Amino acid sequence: MMTASLNAYVIVSAVLFAIGFFGVLIRRNTLIVFMSLELMLIASTLALVAFSRVNGTMDGNVFVFFILTVAAAEVAVGLAIIVALFRRRQTVQIDQLDTLKN
Amino acid sequence: MAQFLFLLFAIFTVLCAVGVVVNKNAVNASICLILCLVGVAGLFVQLDAYLLAFVLLLVYAGAVAALFLFIVMLLDVQGKETFGLRGFRTIAGFVAFALLLAGIGSVALKGQIVSSPPVSLAGGAQLKLYAYQLFTTYLLPVQIIGFLLLISMLGVIVLSKKHEIAEDTK
Repeated sequence: MMTASLNAYVIVSAVLFAIGFFGVLIRRNTLIVFMSLELMLIASTLALVAFSRVNGTMDGNVFVFFILTVAAAEVAVGLAIIVALFRRRQTVQIDQLDTLKN
Repeated sequence: MAQFLFLLFAIFTVLCAVGVVVNKNAVNASICLILCLVGVAGLFVQLDAYLLAFVLLLVYAGAVAALFLFIVMLLDVQGKETFGLRGFRTIAGFVAFALLLAGIGSVALKGQIVSSPPVSLAGGAQLKLYAYQLFTTYLLPVQIIGFLLLISMLGVIVLSKKHEIAEDTK
Protein backbone atom coordinates (compact mmCIF):
# COMPACT_ATOMS: atom_id res chain seq x y z
CA MET A 1 0.00 0.00 0.00
CA MET A 2 1.87 3.03 -1.24
CA THR A 3 -0.64 5.82 -1.01
CA ALA A 4 0.91 9.05 -2.19
CA SER A 5 3.34 9.56 -5.04
CA LEU A 6 7.07 9.62 -4.56
CA ASN A 7 7.07 13.31 -5.38
CA ALA A 8 4.86 14.05 -2.37
CA TYR A 9 7.16 12.19 0.01
CA VAL A 10 10.26 13.90 -1.39
CA ILE A 11 8.59 17.29 -1.03
CA VAL A 12 7.63 16.62 2.60
CA SER A 13 11.16 15.49 3.32
CA ALA A 14 12.68 18.54 1.64
CA VAL A 15 10.35 20.89 3.54
CA LEU A 16 11.35 19.23 6.82
CA PHE A 17 15.01 19.60 5.86
CA ALA A 18 14.52 23.28 5.03
CA ILE A 19 12.81 23.94 8.35
CA GLY A 20 15.62 22.21 10.22
CA PHE A 21 18.23 24.15 8.29
CA PHE A 22 16.44 27.41 9.07
CA GLY A 23 16.42 26.50 12.76
CA VAL A 24 20.13 25.72 12.74
CA LEU A 25 20.89 29.10 11.20
CA ILE A 26 18.69 31.42 13.24
CA ARG A 27 18.43 29.93 16.73
CA ARG A 28 20.98 30.82 19.40
CA ASN A 29 20.19 28.16 21.97
CA THR A 30 22.59 25.26 21.39
CA LEU A 31 20.00 22.68 22.46
CA ILE A 32 17.46 23.88 19.91
CA VAL A 33 20.14 24.03 17.21
CA PHE A 34 20.86 20.40 18.04
CA MET A 35 17.13 19.53 17.82
CA SER A 36 16.99 21.18 14.40
CA LEU A 37 19.95 19.04 13.33
CA GLU A 38 18.01 15.96 14.35
CA LEU A 39 15.10 17.25 12.27
CA MET A 40 17.35 17.45 9.20
CA LEU A 41 18.58 13.91 9.81
CA ILE A 42 15.01 12.61 10.09
CA ALA A 43 14.06 14.39 6.85
CA SER A 44 16.84 12.61 4.99
CA THR A 45 15.78 9.24 6.39
CA LEU A 46 12.22 9.87 5.19
CA ALA A 47 13.50 10.43 1.65
CA LEU A 48 15.62 7.26 1.85
CA VAL A 49 12.67 5.14 2.98
CA ALA A 50 10.44 6.55 0.23
CA PHE A 51 13.02 5.85 -2.50
CA SER A 52 13.63 2.38 -1.12
CA ARG A 53 9.90 1.66 -1.15
CA VAL A 54 9.50 2.78 -4.75
CA ASN A 55 12.46 0.71 -5.91
CA GLY A 56 11.21 -2.33 -4.04
CA THR A 57 14.58 -3.03 -2.40
CA MET A 58 15.52 -3.30 1.24
CA ASP A 59 18.80 -1.43 1.03
CA GLY A 60 17.41 1.99 1.87
CA ASN A 61 15.53 0.63 4.84
CA VAL A 62 18.62 -1.11 6.23
CA PHE A 63 20.58 2.08 5.68
CA VAL A 64 18.01 4.03 7.70
CA PHE A 65 18.44 1.43 10.42
CA PHE A 66 22.14 2.29 10.59
CA ILE A 67 21.42 6.01 10.46
CA LEU A 68 19.12 5.72 13.48
CA THR A 69 21.84 3.89 15.43
CA VAL A 70 24.51 6.46 14.56
CA ALA A 71 22.10 9.29 15.41
CA ALA A 72 21.48 7.84 18.87
CA ALA A 73 25.23 7.70 19.52
CA GLU A 74 25.65 11.21 18.12
CA VAL A 75 22.93 12.66 20.35
CA ALA A 76 24.47 11.08 23.44
CA VAL A 77 27.94 12.49 22.71
CA GLY A 78 26.58 15.88 21.62
CA LEU A 79 24.51 16.35 24.75
CA ALA A 80 27.49 15.33 26.89
CA ILE A 81 29.55 18.00 25.13
CA ILE A 82 26.81 20.59 25.74
CA VAL A 83 26.69 19.68 29.44
CA ALA A 84 30.49 19.95 29.68
CA LEU A 85 30.30 23.33 27.91
CA PHE A 86 27.65 24.53 30.31
CA ARG A 87 29.78 23.51 33.28
CA ARG A 88 32.70 25.49 31.90
CA ARG A 89 30.95 28.63 30.64
CA GLN A 90 27.59 28.66 32.48
CA THR A 91 25.78 29.36 29.21
CA VAL A 92 24.58 27.53 26.11
CA GLN A 93 23.78 30.60 24.02
CA ILE A 94 25.78 30.60 20.81
CA ASP A 95 26.52 34.34 20.71
CA GLN A 96 28.11 34.22 24.14
CA LEU A 97 30.49 31.43 23.13
CA ASP A 98 32.87 33.68 21.22
CA THR A 99 36.26 32.95 22.79
CA LEU A 100 37.86 32.30 19.42
CA LYS A 101 36.64 35.64 18.11
CA ASN A 102 38.59 37.84 20.54
CA MET B 1 -8.81 7.62 2.64
CA ALA B 2 -5.16 6.69 2.28
CA GLN B 3 -4.42 9.97 0.56
CA PHE B 4 -6.15 11.75 3.42
CA LEU B 5 -3.97 9.93 5.95
CA PHE B 6 -0.83 10.95 4.07
CA LEU B 7 -1.93 14.58 4.02
CA LEU B 8 -2.83 14.48 7.71
CA PHE B 9 0.53 13.07 8.78
CA ALA B 10 2.50 15.30 6.42
CA ILE B 11 0.83 18.50 7.63
CA PHE B 12 1.11 17.40 11.25
CA THR B 13 4.82 16.65 10.84
CA VAL B 14 5.59 19.96 9.15
CA LEU B 15 3.63 21.97 11.73
CA CYS B 16 5.42 20.26 14.60
CA ALA B 17 8.77 20.89 12.90
CA VAL B 18 7.90 24.59 12.68
CA GLY B 19 7.01 24.37 16.37
CA VAL B 20 10.48 23.05 17.18
CA VAL B 21 12.14 25.95 15.40
CA VAL B 22 9.99 28.87 16.58
CA ASN B 23 9.40 27.88 20.20
CA LYS B 24 11.19 30.06 22.69
CA ASN B 25 10.89 27.52 25.45
CA ALA B 26 13.29 24.60 25.00
CA VAL B 27 10.95 22.21 26.84
CA ASN B 28 8.10 22.99 24.44
CA ALA B 29 10.50 22.60 21.52
CA SER B 30 11.50 19.11 22.59
CA ILE B 31 7.85 18.12 23.07
CA CYS B 32 7.23 19.38 19.51
CA LEU B 33 10.20 17.26 18.39
CA ILE B 34 8.55 14.17 19.89
CA LEU B 35 5.27 14.95 18.09
CA CYS B 36 7.15 15.52 14.83
CA LEU B 37 8.82 12.12 15.19
CA VAL B 38 5.42 10.52 15.75
CA GLY B 39 4.26 12.10 12.47
CA VAL B 40 7.32 10.78 10.63
CA ALA B 41 6.65 7.33 12.09
CA GLY B 42 3.12 7.55 10.64
CA LEU B 43 4.62 8.36 7.23
CA PHE B 44 6.96 5.36 7.60
CA VAL B 45 3.95 3.12 8.25
CA GLN B 46 2.39 4.33 5.02
CA LEU B 47 5.63 3.40 3.25
CA ASP B 48 5.30 -0.16 4.61
CA ALA B 49 8.37 0.30 6.83
CA TYR B 50 6.70 -0.95 10.00
CA LEU B 51 9.88 -1.95 11.78
CA LEU B 52 11.50 1.43 11.10
CA ALA B 53 8.43 3.24 12.41
CA PHE B 54 8.60 1.17 15.57
CA VAL B 55 12.34 1.71 16.00
CA LEU B 56 11.90 5.43 15.37
CA LEU B 57 9.31 5.67 18.12
CA LEU B 58 11.35 3.55 20.53
CA VAL B 59 14.81 5.02 19.94
CA TYR B 60 14.04 8.57 18.93
CA ALA B 61 10.80 9.56 20.65
CA GLY B 62 11.53 7.29 23.58
CA ALA B 63 15.22 7.70 24.27
CA VAL B 64 16.65 10.62 22.31
CA ALA B 65 13.87 13.15 22.88
CA ALA B 66 13.61 12.10 26.52
CA LEU B 67 17.36 12.70 26.79
CA PHE B 68 16.84 16.15 25.30
CA LEU B 69 14.13 16.92 27.85
CA PHE B 70 16.35 15.67 30.63
CA ILE B 71 19.26 17.87 29.57
CA VAL B 72 17.01 20.92 29.10
CA MET B 73 15.71 20.51 32.63
CA LEU B 74 19.21 19.79 33.97
CA LEU B 75 20.74 22.93 32.48
CA ASP B 76 17.77 25.13 33.38
CA VAL B 77 18.48 27.99 30.98
CA GLN B 78 15.03 29.39 30.45
CA GLY B 79 14.12 32.68 28.87
CA LYS B 80 17.59 34.08 28.34
CA GLU B 81 17.66 33.63 24.59
CA THR B 82 17.69 36.80 22.54
CA PHE B 83 15.39 35.67 19.76
CA GLY B 84 15.46 38.87 17.78
CA LEU B 85 15.07 38.70 14.02
CA ARG B 86 18.07 40.85 13.23
CA GLY B 87 21.67 40.50 12.28
CA PHE B 88 23.57 38.99 9.44
CA ARG B 89 22.90 35.40 10.41
CA THR B 90 19.14 35.84 10.35
CA ILE B 91 19.31 37.25 6.84
CA ALA B 92 21.52 34.33 5.83
CA GLY B 93 18.98 31.96 7.37
CA PHE B 94 16.09 33.45 5.44
CA VAL B 95 18.06 33.46 2.18
CA ALA B 96 19.07 29.82 2.60
CA PHE B 97 15.50 28.85 3.50
CA ALA B 98 14.15 30.67 0.43
CA LEU B 99 16.74 28.99 -1.81
CA LEU B 100 15.84 25.54 -0.49
CA LEU B 101 12.12 26.27 -0.93
CA ALA B 102 12.76 27.46 -4.49
CA GLY B 103 14.55 24.20 -5.21
CA ILE B 104 11.67 22.23 -3.74
CA GLY B 105 9.19 24.25 -5.79
CA SER B 106 11.04 23.66 -9.03
CA VAL B 107 11.18 19.92 -8.30
CA ALA B 108 7.49 19.91 -7.47
CA LEU B 109 6.39 21.85 -10.54
CA LYS B 110 8.55 20.28 -13.25
CA GLY B 111 10.38 17.51 -11.46
CA GLN B 112 12.08 14.63 -13.20
CA ILE B 113 11.19 12.09 -10.53
CA VAL B 114 9.17 9.46 -12.34
CA SER B 115 6.51 8.07 -10.07
CA SER B 116 6.31 4.62 -11.55
CA PRO B 117 3.99 2.20 -9.79
CA PRO B 118 6.04 0.91 -6.87
CA VAL B 119 7.31 -2.62 -6.87
CA SER B 120 5.52 -4.46 -4.14
CA LEU B 121 7.51 -6.26 -1.51
CA ALA B 122 5.82 -9.39 -0.31
CA GLY B 123 3.79 -8.13 2.61
CA GLY B 124 5.86 -5.04 3.14
CA ALA B 125 9.34 -4.82 4.52
CA GLN B 126 9.27 -7.82 6.76
CA LEU B 127 11.43 -8.50 9.74
CA LYS B 128 12.88 -11.57 8.04
CA LEU B 129 14.17 -9.47 5.17
CA TYR B 130 15.88 -7.09 7.59
CA ALA B 131 17.48 -9.95 9.44
CA TYR B 132 18.64 -11.57 6.20
CA GLN B 133 20.21 -8.34 4.95
CA LEU B 134 21.79 -7.47 8.29
CA PHE B 135 23.43 -10.86 8.70
CA THR B 136 24.61 -11.34 5.12
CA THR B 137 25.25 -8.19 3.09
CA TYR B 138 25.67 -5.79 5.99
CA LEU B 139 27.46 -8.01 8.50
CA LEU B 140 30.60 -5.86 8.70
CA PRO B 141 28.65 -2.57 9.16
CA VAL B 142 26.72 -4.19 12.01
CA GLN B 143 29.99 -5.01 13.76
CA ILE B 144 31.31 -1.51 13.16
CA ILE B 145 28.09 0.00 14.53
CA GLY B 146 28.54 -2.09 17.66
CA PHE B 147 32.04 -0.68 18.14
CA LEU B 148 30.73 2.81 17.44
CA LEU B 149 28.13 2.49 20.19
CA LEU B 150 30.79 1.21 22.61
CA ILE B 151 33.13 4.08 21.75
CA SER B 152 30.37 6.69 22.10
CA MET B 153 29.41 5.23 25.48
CA LEU B 154 33.01 5.53 26.65
CA GLY B 155 33.19 9.04 25.23
CA VAL B 156 30.08 10.15 27.11
CA ILE B 157 31.45 8.72 30.35
CA VAL B 158 34.78 10.53 29.90
CA LEU B 159 33.05 13.79 28.94
CA SER B 160 30.67 13.68 31.88
CA LYS B 161 33.38 13.12 34.47
CA LYS B 162 34.59 16.11 36.38
CA HIS B 163 38.18 16.88 35.50
CA GLU B 164 40.15 17.94 38.54
CA ILE B 165 43.22 18.75 36.44
CA ALA B 166 41.21 21.08 34.23
CA GLU B 167 39.81 22.78 37.31
CA ASP B 168 43.34 23.39 38.61
CA THR B 169 44.64 24.99 35.47
CA LYS B 170 41.74 27.38 35.21
